[in-house]
Amino acid sequence: MSIATLFEIVLAAVVLGLAIWTITVSETYSAAVGFVAYGLLVALIWVRLDAVDVAMTEAAIGGGLGGIVLLGAAARLRESEAMTAERPGRVVRLCAAALSASIAMVLAVAVLILPDPAPTLAPTVISNAGATGLANPVTNVLMAFRAMDTMLEKVVLMLAIVGVWSLASDQAWGGRPGPRHEADPNGVLAFLARLTPPAGIVIGIYLLWTGADHPGGAFQGGAVLASMWLLVIMAGLADTPPVSSRSLRLILVAGPGVFLVVGLGGLCFGPAFLAYPVAFAKPLILGIEVAMTLTIAATLALLLAGAPERSATR
Amino acid sequence: MSAVTVFGLCAAAAVGVGLYGLITNPQPLRKIIAFNLLGSGVFLLFGIIGRRGAAAGSGNDPVPQALVITGVVVAFSATALAIALTLRLFETAGSMTLRSRAPTGPNSDPSAG
Repeated sequence: MSIATLFEIVLAAVVLGLAIWTITVSETYSAAVGFVAYGLLVALIWVRLDAVDVAMTEAAIGGGLGGIVLLGAAARLRESEAMTAERPGRVVRLCAAALSASIAMVLAVAVLILPDPAPTLAPTVISNAGATGLANPVTNVLMAFRAMDTMLEKVVLMLAIVGVWSLASDQAWGGRPGPRHEADPNGVLAFLARLTPPAGIVIGIYLLWTGADHPGGAFQGGAVLASMWLLVIMAGLADTPPVSSRSLRLILVAGPGVFLVVGLGGLCFGPAFLAYPVAFAKPLILGIEVAMTLTIAATLALLLAGAPERSATR
Repeated sequence: MSAVTVFGLCAAAAVGVGLYGLITNPQPLRKIIAFNLLGSGVFLLFGIIGRRGAAAGSGNDPVPQALVITGVVVAFSATALAIALTLRLFETAGSMTLRSRAPTGPNSDPSAG
């Protein structure tokens, strides 16, 4: 057994142990912490699977931002935990265990008997890379070959933020999301919130730019920018914008909007919806990606901030 | 044993663990966490399929990778929406239960059930 295989087995065992601990631990806050650790280790698995783009997305969004939103909710609901309902009865738990175990078994068997040779679209993607002028095959798939998925996903993000905002109570509608954060102006958090964003913003933009040829892209860059903004908000150095702000709403629709305009342009002047003319493919894709990055950063941060809670004037 | 087998079995087990937590944990927030575990297992299974399709100089089939990236972002936005709903439920009902009749705790509002 090689050292790499040993590392993989240990990694898989730790990930599984964390998953089980996250499910069984009694405190919800601990479960959220376990989930963050789980997300970061799963990102390592993605690196081992040679999918660095996915690893970066998983670490930044799955483990990082997803972890923050879970931790925030767990902290707010901590007091209510004592009066929650009792666990289901033994029969229900045994049935659930049997059902889960059998589904896991079926999946495991399916993994072991996957067909050989495996079906793959990699050669098709690589041989068509010249049509867009981008060297990163994943960005090619996201922005060109399956651009429809990416566009609709931007619409899903927009629907999610509409859903979160519409949970506001009547008097808070149009106001600022989340509580006003107060932190010690001379504390560590405020210090980090001043020190990190200049570097973080450069890293976010670099990730967007380098995504054309190397792992990276709009999602990863947007997630880094969102976390920088959140850091500044949580340190109390800036407040969340009121949701009635027109410029904020413009940023939120910029990504799907530009995508849709370019797509319709392909329908009017080209052969099909979202068909880029080969000569302008790279500038068009870059334009969409810049708009998308802004939208992703704003949407992710505002999804974390939650429903409007305070009127805009306060 | 190759990486595909090791992580494939790990992903299958993660789906099972997530499903068990989804059914047996009574609290909404724990159900959300369990559902995310289940989802990450499904994404990993897709990554295994992509890894087996490595060809033409790329170590993992780019099409499943792109779909998983899209999926991770959608899963996050669904999680954020679910958590906002949970917090709103707690705010209006004063209790954290999914049962149709809320327990008669000190803070619970009988009209909310």
